Amino acid sequence: MKNNTVKTFVAIGIGAALFFVLGRFVAIPSPIANTNISLQYAVLGLLAAMYGPVAGGLIGFIGHTLIDLSWGGAPWWSWVLSSALVGVIVGLFAKKMNIQEGEFGKKEVITFAISNVIAHVVAWCALAPVLDILIYQEPVNKVFAQGAFAAISNTLTAVIVGSLLIVAFTKTIAKKGSLDKE
Amino acid sequence: MAAKTVLNYLPRESVVHRLTGTTKLAFFLLFTFAGMITYNTWLLLGLLAVSLAAFKLSRLHYKEVRFMFVFMLVFLLLNNLFIYLFDPNQGTALYGTRTVLCHLFWRYDITAEQLFYMFNITLKYFVTLPVAILFISATNPSEFAASLNGIGVSYKIGYSVAIALRYIPDIQRDFHAISQAQQARGVELGKNEPFFKRLKNTVHILLPLILTSLNRIDTISNAMELRGFGKNKTRTWYTRRPFAKSDYAVMALGAALLALSLGVTIRYGRFYNPFM
Repeated sequence: MKNNTVKTFVAIGIGAALFFVLGRFVAIPSPIANTNISLQYAVLGLLAAMYGPVAGGLIGFIGHTLIDLSWGGAPWWSWVLSSALVGVIVGLFAKKMNIQEGEFGKKEVITFAISNVIAHVVAWCALAPVLDILIYQEPVNKVFAQGAFAAISNTLTAVIVGSLLIVAFTKTIAKKGSLDKE
Repeated sequence: MAAKTVLNYLPRESVVHRLTGTTKLAFFLLFTFAGMITYNTWLLLGLLAVSLAAFKLSRLHYKEVRFMFVFMLVFLLLNNLFIYLFDPNQGTALYGTRTVLCHLFWRYDITAEQLFYMFNITLKYFVTLPVAILFISATNPSEFAASLNGIGVSYKIGYSVAIALRYIPDIQRDFHAISQAQQARGVELGKNEPFFKRLKNTVHILLPLILTSLNRIDTISNAMELRGFGKNKTRTWYTRRPFAKSDYAVMALGAALLALSLGVTIRYGRFYNPFM
């Protein structure tokens, strides 16, 4: 048990570093301001599914804050919190997927996809725009258009790249009971 | 020291640099929240004066942080453009009047209210910019974990942040090496590939990156556990410094600004309205 807590906090650190590198140096800018087609959400999905909601939330929160800080501004808190929420929601499904055991069949792929869709829709179509309106009083249709675009592009990358990653990853783990007595 | 490249730490002999990391983090948070709450133009101008004064005190030169200013300027211009495109009447909705300065085309008029609103939103973001730059450039990254712990965050989370800062350059180097190796093997990520193929190709780079990172997690957590990490409820920090008088003064100033911003918002509402 204790082993797990130390490992979780290290995973948060390394995960946030991965999130930062992918989000800061590998971002493909999209036509809408403030929004990128970003690979970091695929990795966030994978790590949240492996280490659970606390790790997922903190990876999103720390990683996104560091990205914003490194661009030189104060963090755009509404979007930082949304990234954290994505990690938390995907992490809540972690027990259903059991990735560290190397099990990742059709059922788990579907669970992963559904959890990501829920997470990104809630985060970018509800939390981020509402906070943007509360904090910055931006026009309603602008923030929702931005949010919908982010939700679609992030869901696509997270589900496609994320599940390909997990499938490839679970193949590298020796499964429980894969040894046969001869 | 490796984290220096990430967050652009600029060591200097100044009042601001001498403050403890905890004070700077606390002030930064109090100040950004003060700036977030209010939309009052006068208050925002006052806050801007405070943050510019702090920047002056830090003896940093504009030259050294120019790229951050330029980046923010481009970002704010784009953001304003999109606000205007999506809703040219947001200003009218907020301030309740409509003073048309000139007509462009279709539903796009330039109104005084819209210009004032966009001026305010730009100001709102610009107010926190010098303080944010100060916080990044005047805080030694090795002090980050200690300062997070100082404002009451669990030291384990502080450690996570320290690990993230420490390993960002390593992971960046790994990413670079892996991506070049895969490109040499013919994995194409450029515009020549169709979008979905490109997404699939990124897996060839991400998978090795994640496998090395997971190995790293194992190594580091084993090493930390061998040294008894997480056994006690609290810990001490090598980089933590005792509070001086100036630290208390700066903290009090931050709290006062937040209280002022809250007070003005509760008493007079969020907006200063010159049109009514």
